[in-house]
Amino acid sequence: MTYAAGVDVGSTQTKAVIIDEHLRIAGRALIDTGSNVTLAAERAYELALRDGDIDEEKDGVGYVIGTGYGRFRVTFGDAQTTEISCHARGAVQMFPGTRTVLDMGGQDTKAIKVNERGEVLDFAMNDKCAAGTGRFLGAAASALELPLDDLGPTALRSVKPVRISTTCTVFAESEILAWLAKGKRDEDVLLGVHQSVASRALGLLRRVGIEEEVTFTGGVARNVGMVQVVSDMLGFPVNCGEDSHFMGALGASLFAMDRIVAQHAPARV
Amino acid sequence: MDNDTSPTVAPQATLDSSELVGRGNREGNRLFKEWYGRVSSGPERGEKAAYVFVMGSAAELLESFGFNLVLPEINGLQTAVRHVAEDYIDQAEGYGYATDVCGYVKADVGMQLRGGEHPMGRIPPPDLALQTNVCNTYIKWGEIWERLYHIPVVTLDIPGSRAAGRLPGRGHVDYENDLAYVRGQVDELVEVCEQVSGRRFDQDRLVQAMTYANSMTRDWVRVLELNKSRPAVFNAVTDGTVYLGAVNALRGRVEGADYFRDVVEELEYKAARGLGTPFEERHRLAFVGVPCYPIYRKFSEMFTQHGGIFVGSSYTWFASGGWSTGYEYDLAHPLDSLAEGLLVTGRVAMDTMFHVDRVLADLTEPYGIDGIVFHAIKSCRTVSSGLADSRRAVLEQADVNALLLDSDHMDPRVVAEAGMRNRVDAFFEGLETRRLLAGARS
Repeated sequence: MTYAAGVDVGSTQTKAVIIDEHLRIAGRALIDTGSNVTLAAERAYELALRDGDIDEEKDGVGYVIGTGYGRFRVTFGDAQTTEISCHARGAVQMFPGTRTVLDMGGQDTKAIKVNERGEVLDFAMNDKCAAGTGRFLGAAASALELPLDDLGPTALRSVKPVRISTTCTVFAESEILAWLAKGKRDEDVLLGVHQSVASRALGLLRRVGIEEEVTFTGGVARNVGMVQVVSDMLGFPVNCGEDSHFMGALGASLFAMDRIVAQHAPARV
Repeated sequence: MDNDTSPTVAPQATLDSSELVGRGNREGNRLFKEWYGRVSSGPERGEKAAYVFVMGSAAELLESFGFNLVLPEINGLQTAVRHVAEDYIDQAEGYGYATDVCGYVKADVGMQLRGGEHPMGRIPPPDLALQTNVCNTYIKWGEIWERLYHIPVVTLDIPGSRAAGRLPGRGHVDYENDLAYVRGQVDELVEVCEQVSGRRFDQDRLVQAMTYANSMTRDWVRVLELNKSRPAVFNAVTDGTVYLGAVNALRGRVEGADYFRDVVEELEYKAARGLGTPFEERHRLAFVGVPCYPIYRKFSEMFTQHGGIFVGSSYTWFASGGWSTGYEYDLAHPLDSLAEGLLVTGRVAMDTMFHVDRVLADLTEPYGIDGIVFHAIKSCRTVSSGLADSRRAVLEQADVNALLLDSDHMDPRVVAEAGMRNRVDAFFEGLETRRLLAGARS
């Protein structure tokens, strides 16, 4: 069996995916990036091997591509590709009808226009500011003293969301506390936060042109509340699966498999 | 007065490639330092300084009165390229200027507060300042000098083109009215120049400066045109910035005319022999905006490392004061023609900033552009806020890839290098994909 791997070193979390020659996910891993980026990449890769019960020496992983902000720190990798290309490729692999990708990560949100082969036609990103990214939700979680995983389900209980007007992630925390001080319920504040983030994301999507199907990827895609709010704002459901936050690593592994198939690189074993 | 108004005669001896290739950059840098030296030492010789901007400098007229030109925008970018801009900006902000004010302005304010201390020399204070409405910040900037030094500040009001790319020309009632309006202002400017310089207006000296300027304009147009060559004979962002320094600092001077004659010679030599820039040319790019000076070298490398060469740039249009259009003075009517030059080039400069999509459409095909890089800057939201729309408009008109970067041309505090590199890398991945698809189709 031939394997290929993708390691996505993001600002918050590091993901690794190993695929087999049938392009099926054989192993995956997700860990917090922490301060040692190189170590995070190595650990995620090792955990993915273990998850897939893959013996690197025996089975052989033919090619490894690093992606994400820490892609150049994937020291054991063979090449690097930006997460923009990787999310596009992964999204189309998982949802072949995808023509627009919304990747919402810890500090970046990207809108990506793709063709049927998962090739990037255009993209837009947030600029030098974490408004509209996962970090904004992190600020909300901190203010409300809630675990990140609880944000979405809590927000969906709201029937009367507040309006969060600030776009500054730092000031958002103050605004949230101000709403709570006025007696607003956690879920109403949280839904307001989700709507604020989603409206920024929609602005980016409009910059590249919204074309169905839209696939939601990145760490924030794990947040059911955000998936719902984005779908509501778009007026149609977005694609989102259990592995949506692995999309960058998956895309990287697909590019790695391309290299093996094209015999651009000799197999390691 | 010297009546010989022609550029000096080109040397007849044949230069070999090593002498010729790269001469424009070497000589440009040398002349630029020489110019700074002349400006810095001007007060020792009793010479007066006129502060002007790259758009609407009326350099020929000021030159005829013997003013040394000081270009505060160029002073500003020099602090950024030399990694000291933040010191100047901090000083201006400490003095009271807001973070949102243009970095060029704050670098200048910081420099004035230091008595003209600058990495390129000691810049003299202004005796006169001239500005146009082509950039609205110019007007407020001039007011700063007026308050600091109590000097005459002249603002020329240049009517816009009303409809970019569809300039009403000579004979059209709007054009003639606009021209008369600017012509009247030129008379007022001449009076102020006479008062400040203590000299009478000398038409012969103006004609001499205009003759050199006409020669520079013809050669500047030729320089830009030569980059239709494959490979491109110069990088419009890096080499282009060196050329722009000479375009502005040496306008109306024999050194400027000689310099551009030599640059044309060099680039024609390269074009005839298929010599490009020092980097592999995989993708031909156009650049819109002002370069990212705080990380100037790295910024350029982000593109060249992928084989991206800038063959055209809106910067070479508006920062050359609009002289890329090739307007030449009518030497028989110098003041009338000076007014017309200000009107025509001012409009072009405005159009290339505010209606860049229409201008780019003309560039894309003749220059074989694969991708366009838009650089929005925090310092100038007036120009930058429309770039996302321009980008979309260009994508609708031309089969190219486009990238929008957002940082600053001066302030390193708002330049996020890692994020910028990520975008640039992805842009090239897209260009490579496009190339693969095109190959598959053919």
